[in-house]
Amino acid sequence: MEPIYLDHASTTPVHPEVVKVMIPLLEEVYGNPSSIHHFGRKARHILDESRKVAALSIGAQEKSITFTSGGTEADNLALIGIAQANKHRGNHIITTTIEHHATLHTAEFLEKQGFRVTYLPVLENGQINVSDLKAELTDETILVSVMAVNNETGTIQPIEEIGAILADHRAYFHSDAVQAYGLLPLDVDELGVDLLTVSSHKINGPKGVGFLYIRDKVVIDSLQFGGQQERKRRPGTENVAGIVGFKKAIELVDKEREQRVNSYQSYKQLFIETLEKDKVDFKINGDITKSVAAIVNISFPGTNVESLLTNFDLSGIAASSGSACTAGSVEPSHVLSAMYGSENPRTINSIRFSFGLANSEDDIIDAAKRVSMIVKRLVNQIDK
Amino acid sequence: MKDKKDTRVVVGMSGGVDSSVTALLLKQQGYDVVGIFMKNWDDTDENGVCTATEDFDDVVRVCNQLDIPYYAVNFEKQYWDKVFTYFLDEYKAGRTPNPDVMCNKEIKFKAFLDHALSLGADYLATGHYAQVRKVNDKYEMLRGVDDNKDQTYFLNQLSQSVLSKVMFPLGHLPKKEVRKIASENNLATANKKDSTGICFIGERNFKEFLSEYLPAQPGKMTTLTGVEQGKHEGLMYYTIGQRQGLGIGGAGDPWFVVGKNLKENVLYVEQSFHNDHLYSDALIATDLNWINEPLEKTIDCTAKFRYRQSDSKVTVTPIEDGKVKVTFHQAERAITPGQAVVFYQGEVCLGGGTIDEIIKNEKPLDYVG
Repeated sequence: MEPIYLDHASTTPVHPEVVKVMIPLLEEVYGNPSSIHHFGRKARHILDESRKVAALSIGAQEKSITFTSGGTEADNLALIGIAQANKHRGNHIITTTIEHHATLHTAEFLEKQGFRVTYLPVLENGQINVSDLKAELTDETILVSVMAVNNETGTIQPIEEIGAILADHRAYFHSDAVQAYGLLPLDVDELGVDLLTVSSHKINGPKGVGFLYIRDKVVIDSLQFGGQQERKRRPGTENVAGIVGFKKAIELVDKEREQRVNSYQSYKQLFIETLEKDKVDFKINGDITKSVAAIVNISFPGTNVESLLTNFDLSGIAASSGSACTAGSVEPSHVLSAMYGSENPRTINSIRFSFGLANSEDDIIDAAKRVSMIVKRLVNQIDK
Repeated sequence: MKDKKDTRVVVGMSGGVDSSVTALLLKQQGYDVVGIFMKNWDDTDENGVCTATEDFDDVVRVCNQLDIPYYAVNFEKQYWDKVFTYFLDEYKAGRTPNPDVMCNKEIKFKAFLDHALSLGADYLATGHYAQVRKVNDKYEMLRGVDDNKDQTYFLNQLSQSVLSKVMFPLGHLPKKEVRKIASENNLATANKKDSTGICFIGERNFKEFLSEYLPAQPGKMTTLTGVEQGKHEGLMYYTIGQRQGLGIGGAGDPWFVVGKNLKENVLYVEQSFHNDHLYSDALIATDLNWINEPLEKTIDCTAKFRYRQSDSKVTVTPIEDGKVKVTFHQAERAITPGQAVVFYQGEVCLGGGTIDEIIKNEKPLDYVG
């Protein structure tokens, strides 16, 4: 059976035009951007151009962009870098229970370093309650980190509202926008964020590249030491080929965003409608009216993640779940646990389907039919 | 019959050499092979690393070499409920359980088989050393050709319907040959050591493991006539016929466990390997499974009372409540309640049951426990 990729929130296919700009770069532009000679200057020029494109895409200044190896590194740099550089101002950090592990595990690390971390709960719709945030803010709070879009459910968080609340608070505001970028218009001033994480491979760019936006005058430490690159915030010779591919991906998504979002939205609708038509028993996790177009998270009562994902793969459907399965251990999804309680079966019977450039409407109908066949079969078997 | 390429075979893969070669052979024969790793026990080592991760990594390597998909499935809860609970209950009752027999019956060839079928599998294959033969409309289970490796003892509880869905591709091979095939094909697991012992205990100290789950009650160690010989650390740590770990010094023949008195918490010991009290002439078995047809009349056949023991001639007679009486043609040493008794006619495994009572001179030997 023809494989169908419904896992764009994990990673996306690299756009052919991205490949097209990367290959000649690998072949021809091998200079080190820090070198003073002709070869270096050429690379430096390309790096600067890329930084400009990245900055423009979020309404930022060029010098606010720090290229990193990806979203995880950018989140680490934001949290640890801010915490360390500002510990004389306070030791309290606020984040949420539904962050990506790149944030959550970093926050846990900071707790071990002596920082106090508050993890805001979420409502059943998947959003945090901004009044909870207000209640937790203290004079000791130095950083608030809330993701823009949740990677498992696609739920959009009220970033602008939070930004407004924090406008007259001393705490810095970081947002992990890895799942939002390319789907939602993001302007750092409108959002009121001081730091913003973006990753290349979620927007059809190459893996191993991302950036952290750091607002001017934000006091932040670097996590690694070496040369002068990235204003010393991220020393190490730049991944020029990756960055140039990232730049192309940004340009493409800026140009095509509306059109892409529209088609993903129709994929999502089509997918759900096909399941409904097939009379599959399912529930959508979170509030679908408050989620991005590309992601839908669906609970299939009476099934379990292991059987679902194995069966899906064997019939060519690539999807995933927030429950981490490694070597046969299933960890219930921390996001769905936060929304519905850790005992809720949704935490172990839910699948994330995420749409993207690899899909067509025919694919989506085909995929939904395969999904409904499998789910019905599994539910019947368990009933027996 | 379906074409091999349209016949899906799920291989239960442990990350060991046997299941790796099982997958290889089936793939070479042209089947649609799917590798699945089963996790039955939650175990984390002193560095916080889950010990299953390494085994799963080996499954990944081998499956990628063979270009077959691989997945994992978790049966920790089922294993705990069906196998480990039984294991502890038997020890509490002063018996010596056989968790491998139970694991095959309840997990590998039930929960796991169901899972495989739910994935559209036509067959489940494992690396067991045993053979399945179809005779007319019936399935027979035969010993593996490698005498030293034959695992039918552990598979005695399999039913006709299970056998109709099962493949044992290694049954006709000697272990040496399996290793050879693994290295000829450069399988990542070719030189991996065989696992030993009960799967969830691994290479750990058995006493320590058991004491985490069952409180040990030390007590007296005496001869059958009541002469005290020292202390025991808890009846569950001893099995009939055991010599090691008694700590009885002095002159004369070595000492052996001959029985247990659960009520009084006394361990019975007697001297010399061939002590008469270790011998019996019959047993009663329960939980019988007959692979081909239920036993309706007395038969002569051979039997094994422990894994890797040579066969003994016996007469098996059905008695009340589906139990059987197994009469030995020659007195047997150290028959142990809780272990499996498995019957054979030539190469064919007829089935088996659980040893429940030991009999000598037509009377139950109460002291064995």
